[in-house]
Amino acid sequence: MKFRSVFDIIGPVMVGPSSSHTAGAARIGRVARTLFGRQPEWAEIRLYGSFAETYKGHGTDVAIVGGLLDYDTDDDRIRTAFEDAERLGMRYEFIAEEEEPEHPNTAKLRIGDKDGEMELTGISIGGGKMEVTELNGFPLRLTGHYPALLIVHHDRPGVIAGVSNALAAEGINIAHMECGRKEKGEMALMVIEVDQIIDEAMIRLISGLDNVTQVSILAD
Amino acid sequence: MDILFSSVKELVALAEESGKPISEIMIEQEMQITKRTREQVVSQMERNLEVMEEAVEKGLKGVHSTSGLTGGDAVLLQTYIKSGNSLSGDLLLDAVSKAVATNEVNAAMGMICATPTAGAAGIVPGTLFAVKEKLNPTREQMVNFLFTSGAFGFVVANNASISGAAGGCQAETGSAASMAAAAIVEMAGGTPQQSAHAFSIVMKNMLGLVCDPVAGLVEVPCVKRNAMGAAKALVGADMALAGIVSVIPTDEVIEAMHRIGRSMPSALRETAKGGLAATPTGKRLESEIFGKKAAESGVE
Repeated sequence: MKFRSVFDIIGPVMVGPSSSHTAGAARIGRVARTLFGRQPEWAEIRLYGSFAETYKGHGTDVAIVGGLLDYDTDDDRIRTAFEDAERLGMRYEFIAEEEEPEHPNTAKLRIGDKDGEMELTGISIGGGKMEVTELNGFPLRLTGHYPALLIVHHDRPGVIAGVSNALAAEGINIAHMECGRKEKGEMALMVIEVDQIIDEAMIRLISGLDNVTQVSILAD
Repeated sequence: MDILFSSVKELVALAEESGKPISEIMIEQEMQITKRTREQVVSQMERNLEVMEEAVEKGLKGVHSTSGLTGGDAVLLQTYIKSGNSLSGDLLLDAVSKAVATNEVNAAMGMICATPTAGAAGIVPGTLFAVKEKLNPTREQMVNFLFTSGAFGFVVANNASISGAAGGCQAETGSAASMAAAAIVEMAGGTPQQSAHAFSIVMKNMLGLVCDPVAGLVEVPCVKRNAMGAAKALVGADMALAGIVSVIPTDEVIEAMHRIGRSMPSALRETAKGGLAATPTGKRLESEIFGKKAAESGVE
Protein backbone atom coordinates (compact mmCIF):
# COMPACT_ATOMS: atom_id res chain seq x y z
CA MET A 1 0.00 0.00 0.00
CA LYS A 2 1.44 3.30 -1.09
CA PHE A 3 -0.85 5.29 1.17
CA ARG A 4 -1.02 4.15 4.77
CA SER A 5 -2.58 7.02 6.65
CA VAL A 6 -5.87 8.87 6.37
CA PHE A 7 -3.77 12.04 6.59
CA ASP A 8 -2.20 11.17 3.24
CA ILE A 9 -5.73 11.68 1.88
CA ILE A 10 -7.08 14.45 4.13
CA GLY A 11 -3.88 16.48 4.26
CA PRO A 12 -1.28 17.78 4.22
CA VAL A 13 -2.01 21.28 5.38
CA MET A 14 0.00 23.21 2.85
CA VAL A 15 0.68 26.38 0.96
CA GLY A 16 -1.05 26.08 -2.44
CA PRO A 17 -1.48 25.57 -5.25
CA SER A 18 -0.63 21.90 -5.95
CA SER A 19 -0.16 18.94 -3.61
CA SER A 20 1.98 17.02 -6.09
CA HIS A 21 3.77 19.97 -7.67
CA THR A 22 4.09 22.24 -4.62
CA ALA A 23 3.84 20.18 -1.41
CA GLY A 24 5.45 17.02 -2.84
CA ALA A 25 8.17 19.14 -4.44
CA ALA A 26 8.87 20.97 -1.18
CA ARG A 27 9.23 17.60 0.52
CA ILE A 28 11.74 16.41 -2.10
CA GLY A 29 13.80 19.54 -1.46
CA ARG A 30 13.53 19.16 2.29
CA VAL A 31 14.58 15.50 2.27
CA ALA A 32 17.60 16.46 0.16
CA ARG A 33 18.44 19.20 2.65
CA THR A 34 18.04 16.81 5.59
CA LEU A 35 20.23 14.17 3.97
CA PHE A 36 22.86 16.75 3.10
CA GLY A 37 22.79 17.77 6.73
CA ARG A 38 23.24 21.51 6.22
CA GLN A 39 22.21 24.39 4.05
CA PRO A 40 23.72 23.89 0.56
CA GLU A 41 25.49 26.80 -1.14
CA TRP A 42 24.29 25.83 -4.57
CA ALA A 43 21.64 23.63 -6.16
CA GLU A 44 21.21 22.34 -9.68
CA ILE A 45 17.66 21.11 -10.13
CA ARG A 46 16.62 19.05 -13.13
CA LEU A 47 12.90 18.61 -13.71
CA TYR A 48 11.26 15.92 -15.79
CA GLY A 49 7.81 15.15 -17.21
CA SER A 50 4.91 17.13 -15.81
CA PHE A 51 7.34 18.88 -13.42
CA ALA A 52 9.31 20.16 -16.43
CA GLU A 53 6.19 21.26 -18.29
CA THR A 54 4.38 23.10 -15.52
CA TYR A 55 6.85 23.92 -12.76
CA LYS A 56 6.46 27.68 -13.00
CA GLY A 57 2.68 27.57 -12.83
CA HIS A 58 2.63 25.29 -9.83
CA GLY A 59 5.37 26.97 -7.87
CA THR A 60 7.36 23.72 -8.05
CA ASP A 61 10.54 25.79 -8.28
CA VAL A 62 9.88 27.96 -5.20
CA ALA A 63 8.72 24.86 -3.34
CA ILE A 64 11.91 22.88 -4.02
CA VAL A 65 14.07 25.87 -3.07
CA GLY A 66 11.89 26.32 0.03
CA GLY A 67 12.44 22.66 0.90
CA LEU A 68 16.20 23.13 0.49
CA LEU A 69 15.88 25.98 3.01
CA ASP A 70 14.22 23.45 5.36
CA TYR A 71 10.71 24.88 5.00
CA ASP A 72 7.87 22.41 5.58
CA THR A 73 4.83 22.21 3.27
CA ASP A 74 2.75 24.44 5.56
CA ASP A 75 5.43 27.11 5.92
CA ASP A 76 4.25 30.43 4.54
CA ARG A 77 7.85 31.34 3.72
CA ILE A 78 7.68 28.99 0.69
CA ARG A 79 6.21 31.95 -1.17
CA THR A 80 9.37 34.01 -0.69
CA ALA A 81 11.85 31.12 -1.00
CA PHE A 82 13.69 32.69 -3.96
CA GLU A 83 14.31 35.94 -2.10
CA ASP A 84 15.24 34.02 1.05
CA ALA A 85 17.73 31.84 -0.87
CA GLU A 86 19.40 34.93 -2.25
CA ARG A 87 19.63 36.47 1.19
CA LEU A 88 21.02 33.25 2.68
CA GLY A 89 23.57 32.87 -0.10
CA MET A 90 22.18 29.80 -1.87
CA ARG A 91 22.46 29.86 -5.68
CA TYR A 92 20.04 27.70 -7.64
CA GLU A 93 19.46 26.75 -11.23
CA PHE A 94 16.48 25.00 -12.84
CA ILE A 95 16.82 22.86 -15.93
CA ALA A 96 13.69 21.54 -17.64
CA GLU A 97 14.63 18.20 -19.23
CA GLU A 98 12.83 16.76 -22.24
CA GLU A 99 13.69 13.14 -21.52
CA GLU A 100 10.60 11.06 -20.66
CA PRO A 101 10.91 9.94 -17.01
CA GLU A 102 9.58 6.73 -15.50
CA HIS A 103 7.35 8.79 -13.21
CA PRO A 104 5.71 12.00 -14.50
CA ASN A 105 6.74 14.10 -11.50
CA THR A 106 10.47 13.59 -11.20
CA ALA A 107 13.15 15.96 -9.90
CA LYS A 108 16.88 15.32 -9.82
CA LEU A 109 18.72 17.54 -7.37
CA ARG A 110 22.47 18.08 -7.22
CA ILE A 111 23.34 20.21 -4.20
CA GLY A 112 26.58 21.09 -2.53
CA ASP A 113 28.98 23.45 -0.85
CA LYS A 114 32.75 23.74 -0.48
CA ASP A 115 32.82 20.60 1.67
CA GLY A 116 30.96 18.24 -0.60
CA GLU A 117 28.04 17.52 -2.82
CA MET A 118 25.08 15.16 -3.08
CA GLU A 119 22.69 13.98 -5.74
CA LEU A 120 19.11 12.86 -5.12
CA THR A 121 16.25 11.87 -7.37
CA GLY A 122 12.74 12.19 -5.98
CA ILE A 123 9.29 11.57 -7.34
CA SER A 124 6.06 13.17 -6.19
CA ILE A 125 3.38 10.49 -6.18
CA GLY A 126 0.31 12.58 -5.36
CA GLY A 127 -1.42 14.08 -2.36
CA GLY A 128 1.85 15.66 -1.22
CA LYS A 129 3.66 12.34 -0.83
CA MET A 130 7.09 11.71 -2.31
CA GLU A 131 9.58 8.90 -2.69
CA VAL A 132 13.34 8.92 -3.12
CA THR A 133 14.37 6.75 -6.06
CA GLU A 134 18.08 7.48 -6.21
CA LEU A 135 20.72 8.88 -3.88
CA ASN A 136 24.28 9.61 -5.00
CA GLY A 137 23.95 7.15 -7.86
CA PHE A 138 22.50 4.43 -5.64
CA PRO A 139 19.10 3.33 -6.84
CA LEU A 140 16.71 3.12 -3.92
CA ARG A 141 13.50 1.24 -3.63
CA LEU A 142 11.93 3.11 -0.77
CA THR A 143 8.41 1.77 -0.68
CA GLY A 144 7.11 4.38 1.70
CA HIS A 145 5.25 1.70 3.67
CA TYR A 146 7.51 2.01 6.67
CA PRO A 147 9.63 4.65 8.37
CA ALA A 148 13.03 4.54 6.67
CA LEU A 149 16.49 5.46 7.88
CA LEU A 150 19.01 6.67 5.32
CA ILE A 151 22.56 6.51 6.53
CA VAL A 152 25.52 7.80 4.55
CA HIS A 153 28.77 6.36 5.87
CA HIS A 154 32.35 5.47 5.05
CA ASP A 155 32.75 1.97 3.65
CA ARG A 156 34.51 0.35 6.62
CA PRO A 157 34.04 -3.00 8.38
CA GLY A 158 31.64 -2.96 11.30
CA VAL A 159 29.58 0.10 10.40
CA ILE A 160 26.55 -1.92 9.33
CA ALA A 161 26.84 -4.11 12.43
CA GLY A 162 27.06 -1.01 14.63
CA VAL A 163 23.85 0.39 13.22
CA SER A 164 21.91 -2.86 13.39
CA ASN A 165 23.08 -3.45 16.97
CA ALA A 166 21.92 0.02 17.97
CA LEU A 167 18.48 -0.66 16.49
CA ALA A 168 18.25 -4.11 18.06
CA ALA A 169 19.14 -2.74 21.49
CA GLU A 170 16.06 -0.50 21.32
CA GLY A 171 13.82 -3.31 20.08
CA ILE A 172 13.48 -1.83 16.61
CA ASN A 173 12.83 -4.43 13.95
CA ILE A 174 14.29 -4.12 10.44
CA ALA A 175 11.71 -4.75 7.71
CA HIS A 176 13.94 -4.25 4.71
CA MET A 177 17.56 -3.21 4.25
CA GLU A 178 19.78 -2.22 1.35
CA CYS A 179 23.47 -1.42 1.41
CA GLY A 180 25.58 -0.09 -1.40
CA ARG A 181 28.73 1.82 -2.21
CA LYS A 182 30.26 3.53 -5.16
CA GLU A 183 33.80 2.19 -4.79
CA LYS A 184 35.52 0.00 -2.26
CA GLY A 185 36.46 2.00 0.82
CA GLU A 186 34.62 5.10 -0.36
CA MET A 187 31.23 6.53 0.52
CA ALA A 188 28.47 4.01 1.14
CA LEU A 189 24.77 4.13 1.85
CA MET A 190 22.49 2.09 4.05
CA VAL A 191 18.73 2.24 3.69
CA ILE A 192 16.82 0.59 6.48
CA GLU A 193 13.05 0.33 6.67
CA VAL A 194 11.82 -0.41 10.17
CA ASP A 195 8.56 -1.38 11.83
CA GLN A 196 8.69 1.09 14.69
CA ILE A 197 8.79 4.86 14.93
CA ILE A 198 12.37 6.14 15.19
CA ASP A 199 12.85 8.94 17.67
CA GLU A 200 15.36 11.79 17.80
CA ALA A 201 17.47 10.02 20.43
CA MET A 202 18.00 7.05 18.12
CA ILE A 203 18.99 9.35 15.26
CA ARG A 204 21.50 11.09 17.51
CA LEU A 205 22.87 7.74 18.67
CA ILE A 206 23.41 6.47 15.12
CA SER A 207 24.85 9.82 14.01
CA GLY A 208 27.48 9.43 16.71
CA LEU A 209 28.68 6.01 15.52
CA ASP A 210 32.14 5.76 13.93
CA ASN A 211 32.26 6.39 10.19
CA VAL A 212 28.65 7.53 9.96
CA THR A 213 28.51 10.88 8.17
CA GLN A 214 24.81 11.60 7.70
CA VAL A 215 21.60 10.19 9.07
CA SER A 216 18.16 11.05 7.87
CA ILE A 217 14.72 9.64 8.31
CA LEU A 218 11.79 9.40 5.98
CA ALA A 219 8.74 8.91 8.11
CA ASP A 220 5.87 9.50 5.70
CA MET B 1 0.50 -2.84 11.17
CA ASP B 2 -2.87 -4.18 10.24
CA ILE B 3 -4.85 -2.72 7.39
CA LEU B 4 -8.54 -3.26 8.14
CA PHE B 5 -9.78 -2.60 4.63
CA SER B 6 -8.33 -2.17 1.17
CA SER B 7 -11.57 -2.11 -0.80
CA VAL B 8 -14.91 -0.37 -0.40
CA LYS B 9 -16.58 -3.78 -0.18
CA GLU B 10 -14.47 -4.62 2.88
CA LEU B 11 -15.05 -1.18 4.36
CA VAL B 12 -18.84 -1.41 4.06
CA ALA B 13 -18.86 -4.99 5.37
CA LEU B 14 -16.82 -3.96 8.42
CA ALA B 15 -19.17 -1.09 9.15
CA GLU B 16 -22.30 -3.22 8.72
CA GLU B 17 -21.02 -6.12 10.82
CA SER B 18 -19.89 -3.90 13.68
CA GLY B 19 -22.76 -1.44 13.46
CA LYS B 20 -20.21 1.39 13.42
CA PRO B 21 -20.14 4.27 10.96
CA ILE B 22 -17.42 4.32 8.28
CA SER B 23 -15.71 7.24 10.02
CA GLU B 24 -15.21 5.06 13.09
CA ILE B 25 -13.64 2.24 11.04
CA MET B 26 -11.25 4.80 9.55
CA ILE B 27 -10.27 6.12 12.98
CA GLU B 28 -9.63 2.58 14.25
CA GLN B 29 -7.47 1.71 11.25
CA GLU B 30 -5.49 4.92 11.65
CA MET B 31 -4.84 4.15 15.33
CA GLN B 32 -3.65 0.64 14.44
CA ILE B 33 -1.39 1.65 11.58
CA THR B 34 0.23 4.67 13.18
CA LYS B 35 0.19 3.32 16.74
CA ARG B 36 -1.32 6.53 18.02
CA THR B 37 -4.15 7.19 20.45
CA ARG B 38 -7.65 8.16 19.38
CA GLU B 39 -7.05 11.59 20.87
CA GLN B 40 -3.93 12.16 18.75
CA VAL B 41 -5.63 11.00 15.56
CA VAL B 42 -8.78 13.02 16.13
CA SER B 43 -6.91 16.17 17.13
CA GLN B 44 -4.86 16.07 13.92
CA MET B 45 -8.09 15.92 11.95
CA GLU B 46 -9.52 18.79 14.01
CA ARG B 47 -6.53 20.86 12.95
CA ASN B 48 -7.28 20.02 9.29
CA LEU B 49 -10.88 21.09 9.84
CA GLU B 50 -9.71 24.43 11.26
CA VAL B 51 -7.49 25.06 8.23
CA MET B 52 -10.42 24.28 5.94
CA GLU B 53 -12.71 26.62 7.84
CA GLU B 54 -10.16 29.45 7.70
CA ALA B 55 -9.67 28.95 3.94
CA VAL B 56 -13.44 29.06 3.30
CA GLU B 57 -13.80 32.24 5.36
CA LYS B 58 -10.85 33.88 3.65
CA GLY B 59 -12.11 32.97 0.19
CA LEU B 60 -15.61 34.26 0.92
CA LYS B 61 -14.10 37.66 1.66
CA GLY B 62 -12.56 37.63 -1.81
CA VAL B 63 -9.04 36.70 -2.90
CA HIS B 64 -7.22 36.93 -6.23
CA SER B 65 -4.30 34.94 -7.62
CA THR B 66 -1.11 36.63 -8.75
CA SER B 67 -1.74 35.60 -12.37
CA GLY B 68 -5.12 37.32 -12.25
CA LEU B 69 -6.82 34.29 -13.80
CA THR B 70 -8.99 33.47 -10.80
CA GLY B 71 -10.54 35.09 -7.75
CA GLY B 72 -13.70 36.79 -6.57
CA ASP B 73 -16.18 34.20 -7.87
CA ALA B 74 -17.05 32.94 -4.38
CA VAL B 75 -18.16 36.47 -3.50
CA LEU B 76 -20.26 36.73 -6.68
CA LEU B 77 -22.06 33.51 -5.78
CA GLN B 78 -22.78 34.59 -2.20
CA THR B 79 -24.21 37.88 -3.44
CA TYR B 80 -26.34 36.00 -5.95
CA ILE B 81 -27.65 33.60 -3.28
CA LYS B 82 -28.65 36.59 -1.13
CA SER B 83 -30.64 38.04 -4.06
CA GLY B 84 -33.06 35.13 -3.59
CA ASN B 85 -33.14 34.33 -7.29
CA SER B 86 -31.09 31.14 -7.34
CA LEU B 87 -32.59 28.37 -9.43
CA SER B 88 -30.60 25.33 -8.33
CA GLY B 89 -31.12 25.95 -4.62
CA ASP B 90 -29.37 27.92 -1.91
CA LEU B 91 -27.66 24.97 -0.19
CA LEU B 92 -26.25 23.66 -3.45
CA LEU B 93 -24.95 27.07 -4.46
CA ASP B 94 -23.56 27.66 -0.98
CA ALA B 95 -21.52 24.45 -1.36
CA VAL B 96 -20.37 25.59 -4.78
CA SER B 97 -19.32 29.01 -3.49
CA LYS B 98 -17.42 27.54 -0.53
CA ALA B 99 -15.62 25.07 -2.80
CA VAL B 100 -14.69 27.97 -5.07
CA ALA B 101 -13.59 30.03 -2.04
CA THR B 102 -11.15 27.32 -0.97
CA ASN B 103 -9.69 26.90 -4.43
CA GLU B 104 -9.32 30.62 -4.91
CA VAL B 105 -7.28 30.70 -1.71
CA ASN B 106 -5.22 27.77 -2.99
CA ALA B 107 -4.57 29.47 -6.34
CA ALA B 108 -3.40 32.54 -4.44
CA MET B 109 -0.79 30.35 -2.67
CA GLY B 110 -2.75 30.49 0.57
CA MET B 111 -2.94 27.80 3.25
CA ILE B 112 -5.30 24.91 2.54
CA CYS B 113 -5.73 21.26 3.46
CA ALA B 114 -5.32 18.89 0.52
CA THR B 115 -8.41 16.67 0.08
CA PRO B 116 -7.09 14.50 -1.50
CA THR B 117 -4.98 17.01 -3.41
CA ALA B 118 -4.61 20.78 -3.38
CA GLY B 119 -6.15 21.16 -6.82
CA ALA B 120 -9.27 19.39 -5.56
CA ALA B 121 -9.19 20.88 -2.07
CA GLY B 122 -12.45 22.82 -2.37
CA ILE B 123 -14.99 20.04 -2.74
CA VAL B 124 -14.88 18.27 0.63
CA PRO B 125 -14.85 21.46 2.76
CA GLY B 126 -17.22 23.25 0.40
CA THR B 127 -19.92 20.61 0.80
CA LEU B 128 -19.19 20.12 4.50
CA PHE B 129 -19.63 23.78 5.43
CA ALA B 130 -22.76 24.08 3.30
CA VAL B 131 -24.44 20.93 4.64
CA LYS B 132 -23.53 22.12 8.14
CA GLU B 133 -26.06 24.93 7.80
CA LYS B 134 -28.90 22.46 7.28
CA LEU B 135 -27.90 19.48 9.45
CA ASN B 136 -26.38 21.42 12.38
CA PRO B 137 -23.74 18.77 13.13
CA THR B 138 -21.55 18.76 16.24
CA ARG B 139 -17.86 19.52 15.78
CA GLU B 140 -17.22 15.78 16.25
CA GLN B 141 -19.60 14.95 13.40
CA MET B 142 -17.78 17.45 11.21
CA VAL B 143 -14.47 15.78 11.99
CA ASN B 144 -16.09 12.42 11.23
CA PHE B 145 -17.15 13.78 7.82
CA LEU B 146 -13.44 14.10 7.06
CA PHE B 147 -12.65 10.58 8.28
CA THR B 148 -15.39 9.12 6.09
CA SER B 149 -14.12 11.09 3.08
CA GLY B 150 -10.64 9.86 3.93
CA ALA B 151 -11.72 6.22 4.13
CA PHE B 152 -13.01 6.27 0.57
CA GLY B 153 -10.03 8.30 -0.62
CA PHE B 154 -7.73 5.78 1.01
CA VAL B 155 -9.18 3.00 -1.15
CA VAL B 156 -8.93 5.12 -4.31
CA ALA B 157 -5.34 6.17 -3.62
CA ASN B 158 -4.21 2.59 -3.08
CA ASN B 159 -6.17 0.94 -5.87
CA ALA B 160 -6.18 3.69 -8.49
CA SER B 161 -4.71 7.18 -8.14
CA ILE B 162 -5.36 10.59 -6.69
CA SER B 163 -2.78 12.36 -8.85
CA GLY B 164 -3.72 14.39 -11.91
CA ALA B 165 -0.36 13.65 -13.48
CA ALA B 166 -1.03 9.93 -13.17
CA GLY B 167 -4.80 9.72 -13.65
CA GLY B 168 -6.17 13.04 -14.91
CA CYS B 169 -8.72 15.27 -13.16
CA GLN B 170 -11.04 12.30 -12.57
CA ALA B 171 -8.43 11.16 -10.03
CA GLU B 172 -8.42 14.55 -8.31
CA THR B 173 -11.78 16.35 -8.40
CA GLY B 174 -13.43 13.04 -9.33
CA SER B 175 -12.12 11.40 -6.18
CA ALA B 176 -12.87 14.46 -4.04
CA ALA B 177 -16.49 14.76 -5.20
CA SER B 178 -17.12 11.04 -4.71
CA MET B 179 -15.51 11.09 -1.26
CA ALA B 180 -17.62 14.10 -0.29
CA ALA B 181 -20.82 12.43 -1.48
CA ALA B 182 -20.11 9.40 0.70
CA ALA B 183 -19.44 11.62 3.72
CA ILE B 184 -22.60 13.72 3.19
CA VAL B 185 -24.66 10.51 3.22
CA GLU B 186 -23.20 9.47 6.57
CA MET B 187 -23.76 12.90 8.10
CA ALA B 188 -27.35 12.91 6.85
CA GLY B 189 -28.02 9.56 8.52
CA GLY B 190 -27.65 7.22 5.54
CA THR B 191 -26.21 3.71 5.72
CA PRO B 192 -22.61 2.71 4.88
CA GLN B 193 -23.92 1.02 1.73
CA GLN B 194 -25.70 4.21 0.73
CA SER B 195 -22.40 6.06 1.15
CA ALA B 196 -20.82 3.59 -1.25
CA HIS B 197 -23.63 4.08 -3.76
CA ALA B 198 -23.28 7.86 -3.53
CA PHE B 199 -19.55 7.52 -4.13
CA SER B 200 -20.14 5.35 -7.21
CA ILE B 201 -22.89 7.53 -8.66
CA VAL B 202 -20.63 10.59 -8.52
CA MET B 203 -17.44 8.87 -9.66
CA LYS B 204 -19.22 7.42 -12.69
CA ASN B 205 -19.97 10.98 -13.73
CA MET B 206 -16.39 12.12 -13.31
CA LEU B 207 -14.80 9.29 -15.33
CA GLY B 208 -12.68 10.44 -18.22
CA LEU B 209 -12.19 13.95 -16.91
CA VAL B 210 -8.79 15.15 -18.12
CA CYS B 211 -6.26 17.36 -16.35
CA ASP B 212 -5.53 20.27 -18.68
CA PRO B 213 -4.58 23.32 -16.62
CA VAL B 214 -4.13 26.53 -18.59
CA ALA B 215 -0.51 27.71 -18.32
CA GLY B 216 0.04 24.84 -15.90
CA LEU B 217 -1.64 26.87 -13.17
CA VAL B 218 -4.05 25.29 -10.70
CA GLU B 219 -6.67 27.85 -11.68
CA VAL B 220 -8.39 27.37 -15.05
CA PRO B 221 -10.35 25.11 -15.15
CA CYS B 222 -9.56 23.76 -11.66
CA VAL B 223 -11.61 26.27 -9.66
CA LYS B 224 -14.76 25.65 -11.68
CA ARG B 225 -14.21 21.89 -11.65
CA ASN B 226 -14.25 22.12 -7.87
CA ALA B 227 -17.48 24.12 -8.13
CA MET B 228 -19.19 21.47 -10.23
CA GLY B 229 -17.63 18.68 -8.19
CA ALA B 230 -19.33 20.08 -5.10
CA ALA B 231 -22.65 20.23 -6.94
CA LYS B 232 -22.32 16.63 -8.12
CA ALA B 233 -21.39 15.48 -4.62
CA LEU B 234 -24.60 16.91 -3.18
CA VAL B 235 -26.82 15.58 -5.96
CA GLY B 236 -25.15 12.15 -5.77
CA ALA B 237 -25.69 12.05 -2.01
CA ASP B 238 -29.36 12.96 -2.41
CA MET B 239 -29.80 10.26 -5.05
CA ALA B 240 -28.31 7.60 -2.78
CA LEU B 241 -30.37 8.80 0.19
CA ALA B 242 -33.45 8.53 -2.01
CA GLY B 243 -32.66 4.85 -2.40
CA ILE B 244 -31.02 4.87 -5.83
CA VAL B 245 -28.26 2.29 -6.18
CA SER B 246 -25.22 2.06 -8.44
CA VAL B 247 -25.43 -0.90 -10.80
CA ILE B 248 -21.64 -1.14 -11.01
CA PRO B 249 -20.09 -1.90 -7.60
CA THR B 250 -17.86 0.83 -6.14
CA ASP B 251 -14.60 -1.11 -6.36
CA GLU B 252 -15.23 -1.81 -10.04
CA VAL B 253 -15.93 1.88 -10.65
CA ILE B 254 -12.60 2.71 -8.99
CA GLU B 255 -10.87 0.08 -11.11
CA ALA B 256 -12.43 1.59 -14.24
CA MET B 257 -11.15 5.02 -13.21
CA HIS B 258 -7.68 3.55 -12.83
CA ARG B 259 -7.74 1.94 -16.29
CA ILE B 260 -9.06 5.11 -17.91
CA GLY B 261 -6.29 7.12 -16.26
CA ARG B 262 -3.64 4.77 -17.51
CA SER B 263 -4.89 5.00 -21.07
CA MET B 264 -4.99 8.81 -21.03
CA PRO B 265 -2.29 10.41 -23.17
CA SER B 266 0.28 12.41 -21.25
CA ALA B 267 -0.94 15.64 -22.92
CA LEU B 268 -4.09 15.28 -20.81
CA ARG B 269 -2.37 14.47 -17.53
CA GLU B 270 -1.27 17.74 -15.97
CA THR B 271 1.35 18.62 -18.58
CA ALA B 272 -0.58 21.69 -19.79
CA LYS B 273 -0.15 20.45 -23.37
CA GLY B 274 -3.66 19.35 -24.29
CA GLY B 275 -7.33 20.10 -23.75
CA LEU B 276 -8.18 23.61 -22.55
CA ALA B 277 -4.49 24.43 -22.09
CA ALA B 278 -3.98 23.92 -25.85
CA THR B 279 -6.83 26.20 -26.97
CA PRO B 280 -5.87 29.50 -28.63
CA THR B 281 -6.92 31.41 -25.53
CA GLY B 282 -5.18 28.95 -23.23
CA LYS B 283 -1.93 29.36 -25.16
CA ARG B 284 -2.28 33.15 -25.31
CA LEU B 285 -2.76 33.32 -21.54
CA GLU B 286 0.27 31.11 -21.03
CA SER B 287 2.51 33.36 -23.10
CA GLU B 288 1.10 36.48 -21.43
CA ILE B 289 1.74 35.10 -17.96
CA PHE B 290 5.02 33.33 -18.55
CA GLY B 291 6.35 34.81 -21.78
CA LYS B 292 8.73 37.19 -20.10
CA LYS B 293 9.58 35.03 -17.11
CA ALA B 294 10.34 32.02 -19.32
CA ALA B 295 12.89 34.03 -21.30
CA GLU B 296 14.63 35.07 -18.09
CA SER B 297 14.91 31.60 -16.59
CA GLY B 298 18.28 30.03 -15.94
CA VAL B 299 20.82 30.76 -13.24
CA GLU B 300 19.44 33.28 -10.83
